[in-house]
Amino acid sequence: MQHYAWNWGILVTQPYVFWILSGLLWTMLVALAGWVLALALGSILGVARTVPNRVVRALAAAYVEYFRNVPLLVQIFLWYFVLPELLPEGAGRWLKRDLPNAEFWTAVLSLGTYTACRVGETLRAGIESISRGQTSAGLSSGLTMAQVYGYILLPVAYRVTVPALTSEFINIFKNSALALTIGVLELTSRTRQIAEFTYNAIELFTCATVIYALISLVVTYAMRIAESRARLPGMIASQPTDA
Amino acid sequence: MHPCLSAVGAAFLATVIVVPAGAQELYGTLKKIKESGSIGIGHNSDSPPFSYIGKDGKPEGYTVDLCLKIAEGVKQELKLDKLEIRYTQLIATTRIPLLLNGTIDMVCGTTTNNLTRQKQVDFLSTIFITGNRILTRKDSGIKDLEDLQGRRVTVNQGTSNEKIIKDLDAKYNLGIRFLDTKDQPQGWIALETGRSDAHVTDEVVALGLIAKSKEPDKYATVGRLLSFDPYSIVVRRDDSAFRLVGNRVLADLFRSGEIDTIYKKWMSTINMPMTEQMKMVFQSQAFPE
Repeated sequence: MQHYAWNWGILVTQPYVFWILSGLLWTMLVALAGWVLALALGSILGVARTVPNRVVRALAAAYVEYFRNVPLLVQIFLWYFVLPELLPEGAGRWLKRDLPNAEFWTAVLSLGTYTACRVGETLRAGIESISRGQTSAGLSSGLTMAQVYGYILLPVAYRVTVPALTSEFINIFKNSALALTIGVLELTSRTRQIAEFTYNAIELFTCATVIYALISLVVTYAMRIAESRARLPGMIASQPTDA
Repeated sequence: MHPCLSAVGAAFLATVIVVPAGAQELYGTLKKIKESGSIGIGHNSDSPPFSYIGKDGKPEGYTVDLCLKIAEGVKQELKLDKLEIRYTQLIATTRIPLLLNGTIDMVCGTTTNNLTRQKQVDFLSTIFITGNRILTRKDSGIKDLEDLQGRRVTVNQGTSNEKIIKDLDAKYNLGIRFLDTKDQPQGWIALETGRSDAHVTDEVVALGLIAKSKEPDKYATVGRLLSFDPYSIVVRRDDSAFRLVGNRVLADLFRSGEIDTIYKKWMSTINMPMTEQMKMVFQSQAFPE
């Protein structure tokens, strides 16, 4: 790369520095809002995958298979370009023209529904790892099925799956870069944009890489704190670490 | 003079004159091409009629043709028996890194030559001139820039189009609601599905999009040209030997009029006759040998 005109100063030059910061802000917003949706929907899915009712289990399984098997990018396009055409004209038009920040909400919906299937599967594994005796004990002591889930299964399942959920949380930040394909000016699109204007692509992608890595490190650290705060004595994932 | 000495003198003279000319050190791109026996052409996938993937799956277009002419010129210059052409498909973000790291030797697309970019790369002679124009549905009521007030407008992320229309929006306080699309096909879908009222892009690209669409009669480019965009083939910086070969090939095409044939071959597909301005530009770059 002997011909490359290095210019690291570009990263702190106006207006580019503000573009990067605004991109970072949108990345955080898309990922965090998507994560809220993913956790809520994923919890429902995790429960639905394990309840005794076969119909509910089958529906949840169908959801998981669809969202897990169709590439996320395709899902985003389906939500953004195809859904409005399938709806009645008025509703489609509202989605396309009047919904404020339509790109943002579409991105949140796509990321959230996709990540939900992964969260759901993780929680299912967590719930299934708890011995059947616990459910039986709960039911025989007079709890309803809903109470067994609420008081016994879910609290344990969330705790034992924290490491796996951490990965999903990190993934949603990285996957949020796909939001640029429908016009959300998040971190990756902003750095690409500046790279196109200045042709200093290497500096900008290095910058994006470092920022994504930092986000991942912060998430990992925060989740580790959450894990140790919520630990239950005697559970595998709750051993206090010396680190 | 002693015949022997004069022979020595002649030999010496011959050495002085011939050696530097014959053994002139190749450097940069020409040296790389000679050593590898191949030249790398970077092309787009979606910019008809300049640079795109044709029906047979091979890259083709106006810029690609010109790059092939240059490759032919390089082959002659280096007296090679065979020169392999290696194609690499580019997207906006890969074109400069791949050029600078030597994967490709020329970017053959629809790149606007501007001075900011010249800090990083070099451009050959101008091969086409266009400018930003508004692409819209004929029944949208949009006639020129001012009509974009408060409307929903798509423009592709990171393009010179984006910079220009956003500057104009700020300057005239139009309050345009932008949708920053990723590439031309998505800008087009947004317009076609009524998600946006207009798409701002290079006029010639807009004409290509209209020509390819399902209902070409419904769309038009409107208003004045919003910018001046000269297209050039991009090469590495500080490599005047290679740039000279490229510009010589282009100058020959401009001088001989062969450019007219190539131009017609591609631009007729989008009904873009050669303008007086284009003729002037070609003439002014038809440098004599």
